[in-house]
Amino acid sequence: MTRDPFSRREQQRAAERKSFFDSLCNVSRRVFLQRAGQAAGIAMAASAFPPHSFQLVEFVTGGSPEAEPQVAFRFAYISDSHLFAKGMTHRFAKAALKAVDDINALDPQPDFVLYGGDLAQLGQREELQLGKQILSGVKAPLKMMVGEHDWFFDMGETWQDFFGKPTYSFDHKGTHFITLMSVNEKDFWTERKMTPMQRMQTVAGLDNGTQSRFEVGDAQRQWLAEDLKKVPKTTPVVVFSHSPLYKYYRNWNFWTDDAEQVQRLLFPYNSVTVIHGHTHQVLTNRIQNISFHGMLATAWPWPYAPEGLPKLTVQMDRVDPFDQFDGCGDGTLGCRKDGQLNMNYNLWSRNPMKVTYEEVASGKPAAPGPSY
Amino acid sequence: MRDKKALFLIIMGMLAVLVVVLFRSVPSIAQTPAHAKPAVASVRQVTACDHRKTVIVEGYSDDQPLPPEKAREVATLLTKLMQYCTEEVQARITTDERILLSVNGSAYVQYIQGQPLPFLPVQGKEPTAREQQVWKAELTRVVQQGNSLFHDSKLGTNGISCDMCHPNAANTHPETYPKFQTQLKKVALLRDMINWCIQNPLEGKPLADDDPQLKALEAYILSQRTGKVVEVGKH
Repeated sequence: MTRDPFSRREQQRAAERKSFFDSLCNVSRRVFLQRAGQAAGIAMAASAFPPHSFQLVEFVTGGSPEAEPQVAFRFAYISDSHLFAKGMTHRFAKAALKAVDDINALDPQPDFVLYGGDLAQLGQREELQLGKQILSGVKAPLKMMVGEHDWFFDMGETWQDFFGKPTYSFDHKGTHFITLMSVNEKDFWTERKMTPMQRMQTVAGLDNGTQSRFEVGDAQRQWLAEDLKKVPKTTPVVVFSHSPLYKYYRNWNFWTDDAEQVQRLLFPYNSVTVIHGHTHQVLTNRIQNISFHGMLATAWPWPYAPEGLPKLTVQMDRVDPFDQFDGCGDGTLGCRKDGQLNMNYNLWSRNPMKVTYEEVASGKPAAPGPSY
Repeated sequence: MRDKKALFLIIMGMLAVLVVVLFRSVPSIAQTPAHAKPAVASVRQVTACDHRKTVIVEGYSDDQPLPPEKAREVATLLTKLMQYCTEEVQARITTDERILLSVNGSAYVQYIQGQPLPFLPVQGKEPTAREQQVWKAELTRVVQQGNSLFHDSKLGTNGISCDMCHPNAANTHPETYPKFQTQLKKVALLRDMINWCIQNPLEGKPLADDDPQLKALEAYILSQRTGKVVEVGKH
């Protein structure tokens, strides 16, 4: 029985069971024995082997261009590693190394790898240094994006020292890629006389009302408008931003305050996709012509927010806290010939999940997810 | 143990009706507490076996038995009052079916059936504004201490803090404990999972069961889930 590598484990089991019972009608004795053997196989596959024992093989073969003829090229991502300066044996360093191994094992190799931001936990030079060292193991070319955890200790000084400008654009195989620094915040620290570390720790926490909300900001929006001027409306556009470029849940800063203004600049284009980090979960949204995909973190998963979850999102399974890697992972994006993207989530302790452009464009609300 | 206690209380309640101590002399309104109802033609008084809980039923006299429905209501009320406190409580069921309660001769407070018993001022006085302020401040202090610990990596050794995975204590489900924690292969309390998190993701030392820090963490987590229905064993 064939297994669809990208549907969720529960869905697969249900489908397997259904097709098995459908096939039971009008069977001869010989066929019955054959079916019974299959049933035992299904039961064993369901319980005896954890899903991750299959995972890498499925991921690599399922992700090859032959499996998806409409895909023109692929790139991969690693995001939200939140490294502490505690060496390569710290659990978050181990997770980041695991992601690097995953990406290096992809065959064929992706055209490039996006790092989605929050390489460090508290913006320390040693943390960023460790991150740089880990990411230097990536074989494919690396595109860096900055996150708030990298920025608010020294306002991006070290990060820019290591990785250059946080805002830039480039063209690749007919698609225009733009990387934004979407985690600017209005000054909340001067008035409160905060030290750089206090400022960093305030931004690092989700559930405090002290910090400001993320924004792309006037200067960068102007830059974006200028950058887009030379891009024809028929050229596919892909935007990388650390925070989601829409409003999901304000209290946790799953939010970009000037999202609508940025979206307005992107609405005239035929094909626009935003790839963001920060939310540490499988997350899908569509606003007019713009598709949004959240990236998985390598460090830890976040619970879905109590409200505001985009209707299109098929939630990832509820995470087992006893498994460090559950709910975490990395992934690849298949860029189709029309410039639209298919998102592949490589969940480390679960079967991979795939969100195709067709699913996003259909606008069909997802089935309710696990209860929190 | 619990079942036995409940059974005992039910029996006591029944006894209160069956073996009622009937007082021939009905207290005059002058002897009843302040704010009492004006005099009614007849009342019937039923006292529980502990001699400290009394129900006065308006509209019935001592020379006729209470109808079964009324008797059941009186028994239930007496049982409830005996469970509630050991003070002397007088309840009054008025002709318009209101229930008034008085502790140790203090002013009557109305009790609405189906709702929790109202706070009955013991020793004849209500808490002062100052007392209420102190209680609230004390509770806030403990919750706030829990909030700080929850956001502090000092509970562990590797820099990780509770809020990193559980913003606003999300995904902690304190209202579902105790439950069989499958990964631990035993029934766990919320504090057992707090300690598991301290020992594993945070790589710290577990807190003792009576550690004020553990109590503060529990207080914070529970305070974040105010309004959630208790669902023991869910998940």
